[in-house]
Amino acid sequence: MMGFARINWFKYSSPQAFYPLAGRLIPWCAAAAMLLIGAGLYLGFFVAPTDFQQGQSYRIIFVHVPAAWMSMFLYVVMAIWAGLGLGLNARPSFMMAQAIAPTGALFTFLALVTGAMWGKPTWGAWWVWDARLTSELILLFLYGGVMLLRTSIDDSRRADRASAVFALVGVVNVPIIYFSVRWWNTLHQGASVSMTAAPKMAATMLMAMLVMTLGFWMYSLAVTLARMRCVILERERQASWDTPPSQQDALEVS
Amino acid sequence: MKPRQKRFVLIGLGLVALAVAAVLVLNAFQSNLVFFFTPTQVANGEVPQGRSFRIGGMVEQGSLTREGDGLTVHFIVTDMAKRVPVSFKGILPDLFKEGKGAVAQGQLGADGTFIASEVLAKHDENYMPPEVAEALAKAKAKGAQSSSTLVVQPQ
Repeated sequence: MMGFARINWFKYSSPQAFYPLAGRLIPWCAAAAMLLIGAGLYLGFFVAPTDFQQGQSYRIIFVHVPAAWMSMFLYVVMAIWAGLGLGLNARPSFMMAQAIAPTGALFTFLALVTGAMWGKPTWGAWWVWDARLTSELILLFLYGGVMLLRTSIDDSRRADRASAVFALVGVVNVPIIYFSVRWWNTLHQGASVSMTAAPKMAATMLMAMLVMTLGFWMYSLAVTLARMRCVILERERQASWDTPPSQQDALEVS
Repeated sequence: MKPRQKRFVLIGLGLVALAVAAVLVLNAFQSNLVFFFTPTQVANGEVPQGRSFRIGGMVEQGSLTREGDGLTVHFIVTDMAKRVPVSFKGILPDLFKEGKGAVAQGQLGADGTFIASEVLAKHDENYMPPEVAEALAKAKAKGAQSSSTLVVQPQ
């Protein structure tokens, strides 16, 4: 561990050095994700008590809430990478933003779908146009916009800049989603878990939700790193360090 | 200033401008962004006239009555300050209960009764096992349980 602090982290800002590092990290993140999500689902579905009002249907929060958190968090992370890319003129930052977007979109979709599944038995409606639900739907469109904008521009430098600007503009939506339940009266309930107040849920339930969130983090890391490797291979195909993936893996082992 | 710092400053300024624009827009649309109006707003005449809107609040304890046809229900929605009687013909959601939140869509009748075409249950942010809920209910058996999400401060 002594050497840990002395690692030159900037070394990994070059795709060439990042590629094998990502390859080494992916299995660990993936294993941690499987363990944590497995444990979280077990805790949530079998250990946590039923809810006094909703009975069993509340158990969807163990997927819904972590997915919704991740959808907002990943957008902010993507926007930060996009901003760094624009500011530093750094291609790897743009690649990072590119690699994060589909995972963020996936979690947004998951949050919306699980929310609808919960809304029907609880509220009596699959979907309502209240501020929380609508702003989360806009988040999905923003992710879609970022990805579409990139694919619609052939020149990768211009695609990077355009989608980065788009991602940064969309970041205003994140605080709107988060605070929507406080600023306006919505059908969606307020936050049960927040930084400022004591959680309004039983300890086991909270525990299961936090374990799931950690699991989703690890999943996001694993998938983003794997996607990053694909992005690097695709975009650095002219570079001299690049070799076909099969040989690259062989080189890593040696 | 280095070009790099200049770019970061530009990005920062852009984000600030965007945030200001967002705040202005959201303020301008404030009244359109609320999902429901509170009984106080109804009493003050702040609700749209002659068209459908939503009203939200807590279903008053003991106010729920059913007509002979088994489908038509009457109840009172309150925000602890004002009360609005609501009538609704249809199936109520499972979680619709007295003392809990509800949101109804419909129109205000001439007699001040709100004729609802749709009723949704509003869930609060409290999650607990039934035993805890029972213990809590016993502890404050006298006081009516209030849900913090439903007491909406008038803006």
